[in-house]
Amino acid sequence: MEATLMTTNSTDFTKNWSPTALSFPKKLIEQATEFIETTHFPTTRDEHWKYTRLAKLSKQQFLQSKVAATAEFDSISNSNNRLVFVNGLFNAGLSNLTQSNGLTLTALSENSAVLNQTNVDVIDLFSAMNICFAKDGIHVHVAKNQTIETPIEIVFVQTGEQTAAVIHNQITIDEGAKASVILNFQSKNAKNTFTNVISNVSVGKNAHFTLYKMQTENETATFIGTENVTQERDSYFHIHTSTLNGLLVRNNLNIKVIGENADTHLNGMYLGHGSMHVDNHTVVDHTVANCESNELYKGVMADKSTGVFNGKVFVRKDAQKINAFQSNGNVLLSDDATINSKPELEIYADDVKCSHGSTTGQLDEEAVFYLRARGISEKAARQLMVSAFIGDVINKIDNTEVSDYLTSKLETMFGWDF
Amino acid sequence: MSYTEHELAKDLENQEYKFGFVSNIESDQIPKGLNEDVIRIISAKKEEPQWMLDFRLNAFRVWSEMTEPDWAHVHYQKPNFQDIVYYSAPKQTKKYESWDDVDPEMKETMKKLGISMEEQKRLTGVAVDFVMDSVSVATSFKSKLKELGIIFCSFSEAVQEYPELVQKYMGTVVPTSDNFYAALNSAVFTDGSFCYIPKGVRCPMELSTYFRINEGGTGQFERTLVVADEGSYVSYLEGCTAPMRDENQLHAAVVELVSLDNAEIKYSTVQNWYPGDKNGKGGIFNFVTKRGICETNAKISWTQVETGSAVTWKYPSCILKGDHSIGEFYSVAVTNNYQQADTGTKMIHLGRNTKSTIISKGISAGKSSNSYRGLVQIHKGAHNARNFSQCDSLLMTDECGAHTFPYIECKNSSAKIEHEATTSKIGEDQIFYCKQRGISEEKAIGLIVNGYCKEVLNQLPMEFAVEAQKLLTISLEGSVG
Repeated sequence: MEATLMTTNSTDFTKNWSPTALSFPKKLIEQATEFIETTHFPTTRDEHWKYTRLAKLSKQQFLQSKVAATAEFDSISNSNNRLVFVNGLFNAGLSNLTQSNGLTLTALSENSAVLNQTNVDVIDLFSAMNICFAKDGIHVHVAKNQTIETPIEIVFVQTGEQTAAVIHNQITIDEGAKASVILNFQSKNAKNTFTNVISNVSVGKNAHFTLYKMQTENETATFIGTENVTQERDSYFHIHTSTLNGLLVRNNLNIKVIGENADTHLNGMYLGHGSMHVDNHTVVDHTVANCESNELYKGVMADKSTGVFNGKVFVRKDAQKINAFQSNGNVLLSDDATINSKPELEIYADDVKCSHGSTTGQLDEEAVFYLRARGISEKAARQLMVSAFIGDVINKIDNTEVSDYLTSKLETMFGWDF
Repeated sequence: MSYTEHELAKDLENQEYKFGFVSNIESDQIPKGLNEDVIRIISAKKEEPQWMLDFRLNAFRVWSEMTEPDWAHVHYQKPNFQDIVYYSAPKQTKKYESWDDVDPEMKETMKKLGISMEEQKRLTGVAVDFVMDSVSVATSFKSKLKELGIIFCSFSEAVQEYPELVQKYMGTVVPTSDNFYAALNSAVFTDGSFCYIPKGVRCPMELSTYFRINEGGTGQFERTLVVADEGSYVSYLEGCTAPMRDENQLHAAVVELVSLDNAEIKYSTVQNWYPGDKNGKGGIFNFVTKRGICETNAKISWTQVETGSAVTWKYPSCILKGDHSIGEFYSVAVTNNYQQADTGTKMIHLGRNTKSTIISKGISAGKSSNSYRGLVQIHKGAHNARNFSQCDSLLMTDECGAHTFPYIECKNSSAKIEHEATTSKIGEDQIFYCKQRGISEEKAIGLIVNGYCKEVLNQLPMEFAVEAQKLLTISLEGSVG
């Protein structure tokens, strides 16, 4: 089907890239290579890319760095475990590693033996590219029953022009362990960069894991990020995805719940401005019974930006007693901005409680008037209301360092006052 | 012993189609297959003017280049379009002077369907245009409608007698190239209904057409065109039952509604075609394109109760072109055994201050699959557009599926869109509450299902609501008291 509809050859896009040196299973690399050779760039005729055009991206050429450059970066936490990747390559000099009990923290370029057993699937063109051309990434492993108090921060900074960072992360939280990881994507003195990142997360029995994903790469950046998460019995997983900037941002989040009594939280915020395009695709796949998932995504679209939300909840046959809730709220601040929302439910079990809601609207003029009547300027009133709207999502963040960083970013970028 | 949900599920499975019979009326068929010659034959048999033939041939050429869509959440054996008889008409061609002249067997058929014409005439004042296998055989109340200037006749009659109206509006809402099945219909449609309400006229009675697929192996391609001129009002009813057949029968209808300035069209459907037996064998494929266009201040309201068909693929839509226009969609879809339904609506907001409401209730039982698929599209100029959607699904067994696929696209910052959907089974606490008050489990389930659909059933005209409730009862027999 693709061949008749699509025109841009995927091999052209990756022709300057060198094959991955990470130890992915040979078969997987073959499979991914074949996928790239036989698949063209998706178009809007493809249901998964219905609202996101890749034509411009597909005609560009990006270059992978050979050596880890140095760059300035912003860090979120005072974590004593901070790894820094520049243009997708690990920079040991900028990183700060402390030995903690039960924690393995390495760059995959140093040791990627863990990938021998990887069960990542080639699901689309970008995952195929990732497997074929991944240069580096992080391996986090928290051993059984260990609690890592401070969050582990991974900074991915893009610098320079037309650079490509292809990153593959493996995060494993063993039974009963507890940890949190911050993936902090940003750019410094960069132009037209491309980031393709896959993070595989495995949350063990009774484990507790929180993932913060922060996208603040600049307005010329293309960012395609995927998280594949599996959750075992009694586990808790919380992901918070924030998209504050970029030219084209696509967040794919695939969560598969394979153990009973698991608890899943997905929260996201996206703030569109300029000609930004942000696309959030989430899938929660309940394959077993007695689980709960909560999803809240909120977006504010200004200027000529476009926001896409596509949330999917599967409840498989025999996965009874599932409570799955999904909510998407959008505010449009400009007539040139667009919102496309597609909250979906696919339910094959009967004893479930599932719901989704989606709203799109604008700021309540009466509320703006109320504030103005009390001496607050119109601009401030609107900012106050937008920040309150987004505040719902920020309030779900347990880690104050992360929420403080987010609010300060919002302050500097949009002048919001919380 | 009390009636449990398990027993209900079993009963539902064993539920046979109540209207399965075949009437033996001789029919005039042409050979199977589809090509330009077949279209010429159909057109010639119907003594159509050249422009109609050109329309069909153009549609056929468009259709030949199209591929069958496969995006819907349904799985079925694709029909072989060369294995279908595209024209079949009852042999008697003479028109009946009065109701008494009608073939007694046909009267019997209608009786079995529960559409006693006399009774309907007397009790409800409904004018029935009864379509048996593509050709209109009986039309009542025609003279009464004529006094008001209302045209209500078969499509072929309209082509002959009101060519200027048909030419002006046909294909304007659902263009030939709209989709695969609409193109097919445009090429081969045999008959249907045409309705025109003149300026400022309020149609005094509910207009109704009964469709019935009768001849084995006959795909039925209906075409309906309803035009409500400025300031007029019409309520149009459509109800269907079909006899039991083993091979899948294809039904690809096109319905076009044109609601001009300040006009209102209310279009209600009860669909109960043969859904296949409990093993999923047989049943009707129902691939329908229904769409209406609203000019300034106009309103279109779709109400549907879908209980039949093996595969349903249907999205009654509204194009809200004029400022202040209103679109509504109320739907109950029940699937049982191996039935599959992918149904919903599209609300295209183009004008300012346009409003749309979507209420969709799905009930899945047996091993069926029931999907809501809807689109709410707010275009850039649609200032202050407003949409409210609610899509609820009720699951009766652990082997069925209920899915929701809403598409919401907004390009205007003053629009307000709300969508919510829930999926659940009947609450045990609700049943317990009823049982505690001396209501049997069976009755309790009936009560809850009825209450669940009430919002939609309330939208149906009174005399139709009764039939709709009957159909719900039959489809979910054992559960509705």
